[in-house]
Amino acid sequence: MKKKPLIAVIIFASLLIPAMLSSCGVSGGDGGAIGWFFGVIVQLSSGMWASLELFALTLIFSMPLGLLICFLRRSRFKAIELVAKFYISVMRGTPLMLQLLVVYFGPYFLFRMPLSTEYRFYAAIIGFALNYAAYFAEIYRSGIEAVPEGQYEAAKVLGYSRQQTFVKIVFPQMVRHILPPVTNEIITLVKDTSLAFAIAFVEMFTLAKQISAADSNIMPLFVAGLFYYIFNLVVSFVMGKIEKKMNYYSR
Amino acid sequence: MKLLEINNIKKSFDDLEVLKDISISVEEGEVVSILGPSGSGKSTLLRCATMLETMDAGTLMYCGEKAVTDVSGKAVYAPKESLRRIQNYFGLVFQNFNLFPHYTVLKNIIDAPVHILKRDKKEVTEEAMSLLRQMGIEDKADYYPCQLSGGQQQRVAIARALAMKPKILFFDEPTSALDPELTSEILKVLRLLASQKMTMVIVTHEIEFARNVSDRVIFMDEGYIVEQGRPEDVIDNPENDRVRAFLAKVKG
Repeated sequence: MKKKPLIAVIIFASLLIPAMLSSCGVSGGDGGAIGWFFGVIVQLSSGMWASLELFALTLIFSMPLGLLICFLRRSRFKAIELVAKFYISVMRGTPLMLQLLVVYFGPYFLFRMPLSTEYRFYAAIIGFALNYAAYFAEIYRSGIEAVPEGQYEAAKVLGYSRQQTFVKIVFPQMVRHILPPVTNEIITLVKDTSLAFAIAFVEMFTLAKQISAADSNIMPLFVAGLFYYIFNLVVSFVMGKIEKKMNYYSR
Repeated sequence: MKLLEINNIKKSFDDLEVLKDISISVEEGEVVSILGPSGSGKSTLLRCATMLETMDAGTLMYCGEKAVTDVSGKAVYAPKESLRRIQNYFGLVFQNFNLFPHYTVLKNIIDAPVHILKRDKKEVTEEAMSLLRQMGIEDKADYYPCQLSGGQQQRVAIARALAMKPKILFFDEPTSALDPELTSEILKVLRLLASQKMTMVIVTHEIEFARNVSDRVIFMDEGYIVEQGRPEDVIDNPENDRVRAFLAKVKG
């Protein structure tokens, strides 16, 4: 039911953009506007794959890492709590671009480790995962704190251990609370992947800029924009489905 | 046999002394109501007895097993393993139910017996259904708590506590979150449990109910027990002025 508007938007957009391009007088020579459009898409495709990879791997690593940091942040031991707080404040308080540079060049400046292209990819993922984990940690914390104290008390009186209480009672309720902010964060991540250009990681937006410069044409950047937009439509759609699924109980 | 024995319990929150020196014991099969104005320490007493709150001084015993001992004026809790065993002797029904919203009614009731007490799921389910039948809500087994009225939720909470087969069941103002009609549903259930000789300690504002159901009424004020005895004595002919004033006010 909800699927139709999404498909409609995609079809509409993919028809509209070439039409817009042709009306702007952009033409790719033999194939016309539509041919040019798909030409750009093909040129961008390797970058799209890189962006997707970066996106997926960042999520896979940052979401569990965020939970770990969240646990540390909520630790009973003041020292651990402070370390986690400091970590979160640095990750949230400094530019992601700078963090990427530190992760990429850090090993070289510290240990004189040679910089390899391969490491560029790992550095991007490490940098993104470390940064996003901090945000996820705070989102998880808000979700955990939204679970009323009475839930813990009821579990305790029934004999649940601390771990059982977390796994069976708190975690499922937390997941429901955090879905909207997590969706926000994932959408931001889709767009943030373009920051990987800082360490010359060739993702889609970097390619789009190169093509744009080579052709002296701004349109490839809009094609890239369209890619992010459609990507995020899919993200919203999937997250909306999950949210609906988690809505089987309401308070 | 004494199921619960509390001696000289003291509890402060920062500078506020909430429980000053309270001793209570409850016999098997007894129904005890605790009355008193707000802030008299009734709920804190219940929370200390159920170990949701740690007491500062005093002793706590269930069925002769020591949960808390007093070492030169300081409360010392038994080792974790003993506390976990003692935990199974009592159950608690909360003012605001505290059902698990993401579990169905049935799962709310059977999850702890199955996963904590490691009992057979089929057997526990049968017991749970018979409890729901007793509570008059067997048709609600597959519902989520949010789909039930407050009175139904509270009955589920009572069933959940009973499914653990506690020797003694505490109620912390079980009807305070309910309107009068729903309150009567819960009082009916409590009456039923009393008739089955369930040992209960009930913190309540329902004076009439306390008079009808309890074997003993305890009146608390400012962290002390000011009067206790048979309901007809404490409620109808209170000796203490404070009790008299309170009862006059709530009876209207």
